[in-house]
Amino acid sequence: MDTEKKREIIMKHYSNPKNRKLPEEEGYEKVNTANSSCVDNLDIYVKIENNKIKDITFMGEACAISISSTSIMINNLIGKSIEEAYHYIEQFESMVSESSYDKELLGDANAYFDIASQGHRKTCALLPYIGMKKILENCRKEK
Amino acid sequence: MNCDDFPMLKKDIIYLDNGATTLKPQCVIDKIKDYYENYSANTHRGDYDISFKVDQEYENTRELVRKFIHAKYKEEIVFTSGATQSLNMIAFGFFGKFLEPGDEILITQSEHASNVLPWFVLQKKLGVIVRYIPLDSNHYVTIENVRDAITPHTKVISLAGITNVLGDERPMEEICKLAHERNIFVVMDAAQSVGHRKIDVEELDVDFLAFSGHKMCGPTGVGVLYGKKKLLEEMEPQNFGGGMNESFDNADEIYLKDLPTRLEAGTPNIAGVIGLGEAIKYLDSIGMERIAEYEKNLRKYAINKLIDIPYIDILNLESDSGIISFNVDGVFSQDVAYYLNKYNLCVRAGNHCAKILKEEVGVSNSLRVSLYFYNTESDIDALVELLRNKEKIMEEMI
Repeated sequence: MDTEKKREIIMKHYSNPKNRKLPEEEGYEKVNTANSSCVDNLDIYVKIENNKIKDITFMGEACAISISSTSIMINNLIGKSIEEAYHYIEQFESMVSESSYDKELLGDANAYFDIASQGHRKTCALLPYIGMKKILENCRKEK
Repeated sequence: MNCDDFPMLKKDIIYLDNGATTLKPQCVIDKIKDYYENYSANTHRGDYDISFKVDQEYENTRELVRKFIHAKYKEEIVFTSGATQSLNMIAFGFFGKFLEPGDEILITQSEHASNVLPWFVLQKKLGVIVRYIPLDSNHYVTIENVRDAITPHTKVISLAGITNVLGDERPMEEICKLAHERNIFVVMDAAQSVGHRKIDVEELDVDFLAFSGHKMCGPTGVGVLYGKKKLLEEMEPQNFGGGMNESFDNADEIYLKDLPTRLEAGTPNIAGVIGLGEAIKYLDSIGMERIAEYEKNLRKYAINKLIDIPYIDILNLESDSGIISFNVDGVFSQDVAYYLNKYNLCVRAGNHCAKILKEEVGVSNSLRVSLYFYNTESDIDALVELLRNKEKIMEEMI
């Protein structure tokens, strides 16, 4: 992915993020995810029904990388089963750790393919995923 | 000024995060290296030459610190790991022993976490009450507001001499006078003051003072607790062990050494202490008045340039220190810091360990430029040039 395309995706999701709002109905699990090395701080709300992710919303303040990464994650995870979501997150983690990954599956999230070279920004891109994993783990435990 | 003394400044960076830590001059680095290479022994223990030399250097630093902050006695200088440890020792070792439920501690919302959290813990432990002195419209402390905040239950006023977010300097001498007339103790967090100003603890008449070596050209991991001798005599050690005891037989028979050694348990940060001594000599060679004046002028220069950029919101236009907090309208502070980093400019983004931004100023975070004497007008020019073009910031912040 070239730099221009990468920038375009990130700025699109940063200026108009998906579901940056409080949930409008009952039944959401909430998790806070915050970055210890900066001030990024997000609340993520997830609704899971019949082993499927029905909806995700988020609120909070964070940098362009965290906000856009959250928006892309939300776009890509809604509709997936818990196992599919785990697989997706693993692929994202592999990508930002510079290991091999399923490029096609990640879609817009490919915009962070070289984030590891940008110091602390890797943790910004990973921030929503850390929160999401906590919720998925809780779901697995409850089962 | 003195840029050539700092190896880090030869690395093509512009360092504007001196509130977090300062760079080290070659002489401090050499002094530490010299200890490890030529007389690397422990303190207060050996009967051999190199250990004697360690003792001399270590105690020389104590004397250098005493002179530097104009304390009366050498015993009033205790080496710690930094301002945070010093403040914790003051809160728990001294006030933890004397305060009673209902006693009040006055701080402000612009204190660093290290001058808030120990008091909060005391509140939980002892039932004392932590209260905030209201700040004026610039978010600064005034002597009138201190006077108004004092109640018959006030026992301690604990304030930063210069705050780390807005850089305002508090009228500590007047506060001490006011407090002492009412039998209230004053603690001064001098982390942002000591490397930037002449400090005279006798003139201020402050009861306790805390600071860190690394914010004044010294090494990390070393700091100072100053306390008036008669108060330190009453302080309970927070650490017990080697070096601080005279003798012990059983739990009822523990005899501790005199001040200040009994407050310095364990092998101290010897290289750090010796390095701090060299940093003090270095700062003295420049002159603290000169440093303060230089920073003041450089800040003025920076403000005059930044103020012309319409989308930059400066949170502390008026301030006596080298700290400038600001935001670029519509851009998250961390994104701006990231953009500046691309051009090797080091500035801090965030809430700077203080609650003031959110609860007083009404913004959740900011960029902070904090100057020191080795910064130059051309550093400021580079910063201003990069901030002058908002489109470029938006373009390059990711």
